[in-house]
Amino acid sequence: MKESDIRRALRRIVHEIIEANKGIRNLALVGIKRRGDFIAQRIADIIKKTEGKKIPIGALDITLYRDDLQLVSEAPIIEGTEINFDINNKIIVLVDDVLYTGRTIRAAIEEILDFGRPKKIQLAVLIDRGHRELPIQADFAGRKVPTSKKEIVDVFIKETDGADSVVIHSYRKKQKDTKSGQGKTPRKTKVKQLFITGEKNNA
Amino acid sequence: MPEKNLLGIEPLGAEDLNRYLDQADNFLGVLERPIPIVPALRGKTIITLFFEPSTRTQISFSIAAKRLSADVVNFSRATSSVVKGETLLDTAKNIEAMKIDGVIIRHSVPGAAKILADHLDAFVINAGDGGHEHPTQALLDLMTIRQHFGRIKGLKVLIVGDIAHSRVARSNIFGLKTLGAEVGICGPPTLIPREIEKLGVQVFCSLDEVIKEFDVIMALRIQLERQKSGLFPSIREYRNFYGLTRERIKKIKPHGVIMHPGPTNRGIEIDPEVADGNKSLILRQVKNGVALRMAVLFIHAGGKIE
Repeated sequence: MKESDIRRALRRIVHEIIEANKGIRNLALVGIKRRGDFIAQRIADIIKKTEGKKIPIGALDITLYRDDLQLVSEAPIIEGTEINFDINNKIIVLVDDVLYTGRTIRAAIEEILDFGRPKKIQLAVLIDRGHRELPIQADFAGRKVPTSKKEIVDVFIKETDGADSVVIHSYRKKQKDTKSGQGKTPRKTKVKQLFITGEKNNA
Repeated sequence: MPEKNLLGIEPLGAEDLNRYLDQADNFLGVLERPIPIVPALRGKTIITLFFEPSTRTQISFSIAAKRLSADVVNFSRATSSVVKGETLLDTAKNIEAMKIDGVIIRHSVPGAAKILADHLDAFVINAGDGGHEHPTQALLDLMTIRQHFGRIKGLKVLIVGDIAHSRVARSNIFGLKTLGAEVGICGPPTLIPREIEKLGVQVFCSLDEVIKEFDVIMALRIQLERQKSGLFPSIREYRNFYGLTRERIKKIKPHGVIMHPGPTNRGIEIDPEVADGNKSLILRQVKNGVALRMAVLFIHAGGKIE
């Protein structure tokens, strides 16, 4: 997926969100760190452009709600959750980059409920790659990509990675599985490598 | 990566210290939430084992553990007689048998936490061992200073009072030096340990002469229970020379702050007006203490321990 594909996908997601909720009344976005928060920001910007109104936006760090803390070799760095608005009776659209096992979303839902009682929680993702381990579905998906569990889907976005792109590449030993969290932010040199690998089997 | 146990500040480098402080800053946010509990340590059991009297430290650890959804068992035994190493080991074996994940221990014997750590699979956090160390107090002091000034490097910190009996002073000296602060200590010569300069601190005997040069004035508690041997002539004389009195406080820098690890002897080492005044960070220290201890528990209990 190239930059223009991502832009179009996000625009379509915005239209679907607005259509499904008949406007943007009571709507709020919550992005899941990291990358989900930046994607949420872009969605908010597009909504601002099309509807002329800002909607509340927050960010979640689900580290403290993970169900695999015991499996991680050392305590991960937490980054802090920022939800600075009242979520009661709001329609919360959770935003993440890739939907995979659904465990991240489970944790995010639990964390949101600790902040209050929203009217609804919906889920928007840029990529749905399948292989769910929990009964969780995206309400809005930029693209559904059939993948093998051995493959890795990497989403790069300008805000953290310098450029927009989505690449799928096959499993390499040293690279941590994207959904296991820790190794998620690639170092600069690694990004380059991934782009090379990615171009071969670009989604 | 920090060790399995947290026994003291002395062996820690700047990176380790900052890791605790950064995590603690994030846990402050959790405490502000409508439901200030996260499930991070669900299923973990932590015991607080206090062989010396304490209110805030034990409560602070218990609250921190509960905020992380751990189960907490509190044990305290106020005792003046030294519990023998054998008894402590026995305790350790019993804890082992009960499958507890972490032990927080306070004991009057220096090294008590290390004895437990050497014999347990559970992680051990030192909550004060005699005159040796009190690492979480020093970390929360560092956190409070960094929060207030935005940095620690280059600040001048003066620790006033009974340095000789103070584990808080020792842990703070290690932490402050590692993070690049200048540390002075000040107190009656009988309460200043010999060769303390070797830790890289400057020693002052007159508080009035130097108080205006420091950014942070940290008063220590005069440990009345340890003062029967006459290390200074009288409480009143101590207050006259080393107490943070209303008059004396007028001399500190405009941006200077007052700290105290608690509990305070009001009217001895600190006047009530000073403890409750606008230069005092004392309650901030207590609040930060919970977040800091959450960070410590999360770091030591959160991940799989080899």
